[in-house]
Amino acid sequence: MKKIINDPRNYLNEMLEGIYTAHSEMVTYVNDDFQCLVTKKKKEGKVGLATGGGSGHLPLFLGYVGEGLLDGCSVGDVFQSPSAEQMLEVTKEIDSGSGVLYIYGNYNGDIFNFDMAAEMADFESDIRVESVVAGEDVASAGPASPGEKNTRRGVAGIFFVFKCAGAAADKMMDLDNVKRVAEKAADNVRTMGVALTPCVVPRVGKAGFSIKEDEMEIGMGIHGETGIRRGKLEPADQIVEEMLEKILQDKPYKNGDEVAVLINGLGATTLDEQYIVTRKVNQILNEKGIEVHKYFVGEYATALEMAGVSISLIKLDDELKELIDYPAYTPFFKQ
Amino acid sequence: MNFTNKEGISLVNDLIKTIQENRDYLSKVDGAIGDGDHGINMSKGFTMAEEELKKHSDYNMSEGLMVLSKMLMGKIGGSMGPLYGNLFRGMATVSKDKDIIDSKVVGDMLEKAYSNIASISSAKPGDKTLMDVLDPAVKKYVHEINMNKNMIEALNSMAESADEGLESTKDMVAKIGRASRLGERSRGFQDAGATSCNLILKSFAKSIIKITS
Repeated sequence: MKKIINDPRNYLNEMLEGIYTAHSEMVTYVNDDFQCLVTKKKKEGKVGLATGGGSGHLPLFLGYVGEGLLDGCSVGDVFQSPSAEQMLEVTKEIDSGSGVLYIYGNYNGDIFNFDMAAEMADFESDIRVESVVAGEDVASAGPASPGEKNTRRGVAGIFFVFKCAGAAADKMMDLDNVKRVAEKAADNVRTMGVALTPCVVPRVGKAGFSIKEDEMEIGMGIHGETGIRRGKLEPADQIVEEMLEKILQDKPYKNGDEVAVLINGLGATTLDEQYIVTRKVNQILNEKGIEVHKYFVGEYATALEMAGVSISLIKLDDELKELIDYPAYTPFFKQ
Repeated sequence: MNFTNKEGISLVNDLIKTIQENRDYLSKVDGAIGDGDHGINMSKGFTMAEEELKKHSDYNMSEGLMVLSKMLMGKIGGSMGPLYGNLFRGMATVSKDKDIIDSKVVGDMLEKAYSNIASISSAKPGDKTLMDVLDPAVKKYVHEINMNKNMIEALNSMAESADEGLESTKDMVAKIGRASRLGERSRGFQDAGATSCNLILKSFAKSIIKITS
């Protein structure tokens, strides 16, 4: 393991101390616990938006707490859900009487803890909590049949769900409507990733798996979950073709659709490469007659030092388009 | 054949020791098909409970189990925090008004531990999780008591069942939880959650046998 860290046991707290130092005008913590992060710019009467999840994905999740986006985030240790109690403390702080919506990725630990936190918030403080669980990684499982639970993992595309719900809440929509918008966004987003190298959890000290120097894994998840195909590394255009085809078929996204696109670096892939990917994505979408309203390129959801990228699309209608364009100001996202 | 709730606190202390002593073993098992941090997280939670219990030397078994539950639920997070937090909370709540713990109360504790986990997890035996240990072990204990075996015999059978359950996870493909991301590649390895559950149930059995004999 080659990392600029101190004792791995202090990794999380030291990272968070840095966050509170650099972004002291925007975020703080409650309950004397660094892991309970909340906005300093609370807007009275607004529906509160909370997320939570393991660390190791910056700017996900805490980086989207701020104006026009989220109000709080419970922060877990690397790749590990925070506790129900931590999510509860965040919930109590960000509620201003209009209820709270949880938006988080589809992982067992998060679901256990946040469902419990929601019940505790209702029981202890009469706070109405609703949840939208994002799972849009097309490589992780097939689409859910009607009435069945979605088993897909939540990855970078959750950014679009945050963005739309955050804007809706800032426009003072009520809880039911913010939830409706979040669900609509979640239904319309799809993601696929490719990994070139594994990632190392600091407290473990070594990678749990390896990818050979000349290999890649299409569809790998943001904790190193197995993808759909491992093979020789190919040129960027070929990789993009394979990934985008899977994404386009899945929704499907068709001729005449309008989309926003997120090209996301997983941690160790240069912006240069991300733009090379962007170029090819744009070519293919043009050929298919799919109109791109907006590109987002950069690191939005990383997997520690994993090399690789993910591509996310969200199909837009007039409402979602307006919410995507709505201003936001957070430590890691400004527009 | 029974013991007082007060005497039972040694069962909680033994559980803490068991997890601490197996910290590296659990991480090693987890390393094969998980993150390799299961022992680190479990030991962190159990050690926090140990610190808290040092402040309350008068606590009985039920109170001690509740401290363990609160630390796992409140401070550890992940999947294992709420799962084992619920398990120990179940054991604590069904025994809290009992001064004397007999084979019936022990059975109630095990059954409540099981139903508390089943209420939050959809895992079934065969999915390569702690359920592959918990389910047969609890059923075995209840069956043995119903067959008029004494508590020590039932606990010994339960421990054997827990070992068989753990062994069975080696040939399974993980369907749920962290290891499920590996699909077929998870076959051939013992499940980490099933391993800690095995350690917990066997420590539980051993402590009661020690207290009552």
